[in-house]
Amino acid sequence: MTKSRWILFCLVLVGTATFGLDALAASTGAPVPWQMYFRDAATPVMQDIVDFHNLILWIEVAIVLLVLGLMLWIIVKFNAKANPVPTRTTHNTALEIAWTVVPVLILLVIAVPSMKLLFFMDKAKNPAMTLKVVSHQWYWSYEYPDHDGFTFDSNLVPEDQLKPGQLRLLEVDNRVVLPADTEIRLVLTSDDVIHNWAVPSFGVKMDTVPGRLNEAWVKIDSKNIGTYYGQCSELCGVNHAFMPIAVDVVSKQDFQAWVEQARKKFAKADEPLKVVDAGTR
Amino acid sequence: MAEAHAHAHGHDHGAHAHHPTGWRRWAYSTNHKDIGTMYIVLAFVASLVGVAFSMMLRAELAYPGMQLIHDQQFYNVLVTAHGLIMVFFVVMPSLIGGFGNWFVPLMIGTPDMAFPRMNNISFWLTLVGLCLVATSTLVGTGAGTGWTVYPPLSNAVFHPGMAVDFAILSLHVAGAASILGAINFITTIFNMRAPGMTFHRMPLFVWAILVTAFLLLLALPVLAGALTMLLTDRNFGTSFFAPQGGGDPIFWQHLFWFFGHPEVYIMIIPAFGIISQVVSTFSKKPVFGYLGMAYAMVAIGFIGFVVWAHHMFTVGFNVETRAYFVIAHFHYVLSVAAVFAIFTGMYYWLPKMCGRMYDERLGQWQFWITFVGVNVLFFPQHFLGLAGMPRRIADYPDAYAGWNLVSSVGAAITLVGTLLFIYLLYRTLTAGERAPANPWGEGATTLEWTVESPAPFHTHEILPNITTQPAE
Repeated sequence: MTKSRWILFCLVLVGTATFGLDALAASTGAPVPWQMYFRDAATPVMQDIVDFHNLILWIEVAIVLLVLGLMLWIIVKFNAKANPVPTRTTHNTALEIAWTVVPVLILLVIAVPSMKLLFFMDKAKNPAMTLKVVSHQWYWSYEYPDHDGFTFDSNLVPEDQLKPGQLRLLEVDNRVVLPADTEIRLVLTSDDVIHNWAVPSFGVKMDTVPGRLNEAWVKIDSKNIGTYYGQCSELCGVNHAFMPIAVDVVSKQDFQAWVEQARKKFAKADEPLKVVDAGTR
Repeated sequence: MAEAHAHAHGHDHGAHAHHPTGWRRWAYSTNHKDIGTMYIVLAFVASLVGVAFSMMLRAELAYPGMQLIHDQQFYNVLVTAHGLIMVFFVVMPSLIGGFGNWFVPLMIGTPDMAFPRMNNISFWLTLVGLCLVATSTLVGTGAGTGWTVYPPLSNAVFHPGMAVDFAILSLHVAGAASILGAINFITTIFNMRAPGMTFHRMPLFVWAILVTAFLLLLALPVLAGALTMLLTDRNFGTSFFAPQGGGDPIFWQHLFWFFGHPEVYIMIIPAFGIISQVVSTFSKKPVFGYLGMAYAMVAIGFIGFVVWAHHMFTVGFNVETRAYFVIAHFHYVLSVAAVFAIFTGMYYWLPKMCGRMYDERLGQWQFWITFVGVNVLFFPQHFLGLAGMPRRIADYPDAYAGWNLVSSVGAAITLVGTLLFIYLLYRTLTAGERAPANPWGEGATTLEWTVESPAPFHTHEILPNITTQPAE
């Protein structure tokens, strides 16, 4: 019984490893089955995050192998049979200094690129446009202040209304559209509780906090034109799992065309509000 | 009653175990061993609840879609209660209240804790805290805020009803219990060491409890202050954390993580202490670099107070993965490291606590099954995190189905290991061989192995003098 459990476990392990290699090669703005690694980077920030992750991963692998090797050495050479009389050695100043200083050096090696990355992510240097993101329980709304400030809501497409090919829990009724080859500043805030606007391929995962404006930025190369998905990543109440993010990245020309269309489409929704506005003024 | 009273002061009777009997022995207990036992029993009961909740979560997550839990709020309540129970009522009471109470006095050669009656209050407050957190899951729609209780989600607008108030009171009471316990440990270790038991001769487990006690003493009042502000925000119209009234939700996060990061070390440093004792005992030699280890724990304690901001990278000072990766990461630190140290402590000290030996073969099985279980359970969660799966969701996009199923299978394996441990405990207590005073041989040099097993009701009534013994 227990032996067969082990065999089963090994089979699962081998199977998942095989799947995993496939998953490593896969790349889209959406997750794929058995994925073991990041989605492909679509922005310079995400590319840097992936590189930084890989640096740390290799350092970790080296440390794990070193510790594992030492443990195996101790288990084989110094077990009770091989070494019946344990040494009374309790100090070795050089060794103790070494294993204090070396980790500090490793931390410094990690800290420098980590701080550089933090500052790189922090703010757009020279943004050409701004997208405003406002979270609500439980949907997102987007505003284009540089394009006459039209605004729209983006809601989950419920399971029973999905069209073939659309992704359950990731598809929305109105995708947010962004132009490629453009440095875009994201300004994020919330209408109620704290949410988090997270699109893994962009390397953006930013809390939206009521009463605060947070900032992030994206710049997507035209070779990465496509659709990118994300989800709310801060527990925000009952429908936390059901307020996804879908971003269409299109060429600059297509973006202009979309803006023209969207202005008309979403202006209608705003009309009653504008009438009230004019009346009170 | 008069008899019990006489016996309570009957230290001059010598080693005879005169003590109150029946429920009075436990309810009124001022004995560090009995209180330690009660802490371990409390942690055991709480762990059954905490594990049951996590199994419900993993069962729901085994497949995409909502199968077992149809109410999202209920899912969030389970997430919250699992976190609070495991942190405050399983890991802390077993490591600090349980092993700390049992073995700090035994190891430093003193008859009991400095403030035995305060020790009693600490335990009963912890039990009240556990009852309050259990109540919070049953009141109204429960507290679905996560264990971090971030406002505005935790304020009266988004969590009306009394569930969050019960959770806050639970943390208040458990926190007060821990502060009292910390004062007790610090006073005991500073003032009641046996002759010759200098700081540099103290066993590493005692060092670990000392550092932990300082962390508790400094971190928990900050949590208590934050909780009080949240309580008045919810009930008395203040707006410490509400931007509409000039407050700021981020203020809560600073206060919470000023407590929260030291809390991580509060849970893991006692584990360092246990592992140090066990490694020393079974390698039959003193720990290599004893002073380095002791001062490393002290340094970790200091550093723990200045790095809280790294929990808040996504708040506005940015960074990468707060996804399922984080779940994997902290469960490796807590569920794998701290809980395995709790198992280690149980195996190591069970002969001393109950006077019986456990079945080594069953113990080996329990280790390997649990070890495989937790790795199958938590390792795939790294992949889910890298691929972008958020935390605290009851249903997920279909692409995440594969690793979630593997993870849930791991949970089932872990459950088998846990049930085996319960069986092993039962076997030990009912049919275990009688344990000698020192079952572990020449490597077990600390003072608890000089008293008989099970440890008598009163120990070290004549203080051991260790001035002639070599430093560890």
